[in-house]
Amino acid sequence: MTEISEQILVERKARGAAFRMRPVAILLLPFVAVLYKVYVSQFIEQLAYLELPLLVVLYFSLMWRNQLAALFYGASVGLLEDSLASHPIGLFGIAKTLAGYFAASVSLRFDVDHSAIRFILVFFFFIFHNVFYWVMEQALLGLPRPFEPAQTFIVAGLNAAVSVPLFMLFDKMKERA
Amino acid sequence: MDFILGRYRNLSVLLLVVFGQLLLLAYQVRSNQQVRVLRVWAVTAVAPMARGLEGVRTSVRSFFSDYFILLDVREENRRVTAENNRLKLENNFLKTELSTADRAKALIEFKGRSPSRNTAARIISGSTSSRTVLLVDRGTSDGVFKGMAVITGDGIVGKVLDSFPLAAHIQLVTDPLFGAGVVSQKNHVYGTLQGQGHNRCRIDRVQNEEKVEVGEMFYTTGEDRIFPKGLPVGKVVSVQPGPTFKLIEVVPTGTQGLEEVLIVLEGVHQEVPPPPSLTERINLIPAPPSATRESTIPAGTPSSGLLTTDADRVADRYRTIEQQRGGTKFGAYGSQTPSFATIPVSPEKQPVQRTTPPPIAPKSAPGKPPGQ
Repeated sequence: MTEISEQILVERKARGAAFRMRPVAILLLPFVAVLYKVYVSQFIEQLAYLELPLLVVLYFSLMWRNQLAALFYGASVGLLEDSLASHPIGLFGIAKTLAGYFAASVSLRFDVDHSAIRFILVFFFFIFHNVFYWVMEQALLGLPRPFEPAQTFIVAGLNAAVSVPLFMLFDKMKERA
Repeated sequence: MDFILGRYRNLSVLLLVVFGQLLLLAYQVRSNQQVRVLRVWAVTAVAPMARGLEGVRTSVRSFFSDYFILLDVREENRRVTAENNRLKLENNFLKTELSTADRAKALIEFKGRSPSRNTAARIISGSTSSRTVLLVDRGTSDGVFKGMAVITGDGIVGKVLDSFPLAAHIQLVTDPLFGAGVVSQKNHVYGTLQGQGHNRCRIDRVQNEEKVEVGEMFYTTGEDRIFPKGLPVGKVVSVQPGPTFKLIEVVPTGTQGLEEVLIVLEGVHQEVPPPPSLTERINLIPAPPSATRESTIPAGTPSSGLLTTDADRVADRYRTIEQQRGGTKFGAYGSQTPSFATIPVSPEKQPVQRTTPPPIAPKSAPGKPPGQ
């Protein structure tokens, strides 16, 4: 392991742990994200690709580095999203529970304050979330929705690109522990 | 066991949470019932905010549209003073308000014209799972319930998928799980409308032998017990023969530029209007004068001038005979069978007088020519 990578993995991890999110932001951000998804994407089609609730779950999961907190947070946001969907409740819940848990697991090993790492992780977890959601949709509900790999990759890239400045903005809401 | 739970505590909790949600999902799918409490809370919390956001969006849009209209006017009319600009801003604002009022008025006019009892609703947001499910600002408190038809003056929009106290989810006709009974306007071909997830729908269950034309309109049949009969559905954009049924695609007429919709509280069936070719006014020039017409009738044509078949000519001839005899009109009520014995026969067509056949000559001796 090089000195730089060691620095990425250890020092910044310790620095990240010295901050915590404001409780208001923890409660409010998922609500705003879900509202964005049902409202803004309805009237501005160009912004419909942005999966803001997932980005919020990933951000908190990566920041907390706590698998239990992340999985419950993911489950809550997912269930909130499910309750505004037209399908039975649970699909988003399960997908986001898993995404949150694994994102928190990964954050234990990597420095997630690094923009490049954030980009890669969001890209990966977006695809993971969408593929898992699609599989459950087909297997459990039998809904007729084709999977489009190329479109998923492009949208994953766009979400990852948006996540970098967005996570920086979220970082501003942190307060010293 | 304690060791496993202690060592893999996080993983165990994950499995429990996922399993719990799977059970919840299985219960809903199995019993075909939803966890209504969660939905009611979520929709009731989101609907007022979405309604507020929608109000803000409309105001901001009208403000910016007024602003840009004003900028254009200013560029074209440099000499207009600031006072005039202010007045124009006000004027444009009022115009925008008026256009909104016009749109609402059109909907109200349709509502008044439609025999069904409807309530107007505004689309306030979408759904998190699908782009073909929308949230409207009318719910059970307004008498809106699951399964009601959603329409506009241009055609059907969808149906109410789920209703909550302050809002309702509507499923658009373009949703892959949507279906409705439809009939074509021209040839009265029956089929089933199916959404495809994009802006075109398909018509299923139409036999390849049936005749459906591009550009033809489809209307609701009322047989699905959701939509009243006779509402416009969409226009056919492509027709192709398929392996079993025709592959027909229609563009729905009711889903364009949706902002306000009507929810049918009590549907009344109507007739499917006749195709445009039968209803449109056709200009016909006056008939030609009779003298001209007679001069153009070829020789040998019956006196009526309109008869063309042999049977018509024979009937015309009998009619002439009856007139000559002074009897009742041939074919009229109470007329008798014409007397064919009195039919005058033209000389050239007189039958050959039948005469006795010539005596048969006696047989001559064999080998001897006759007359010898």
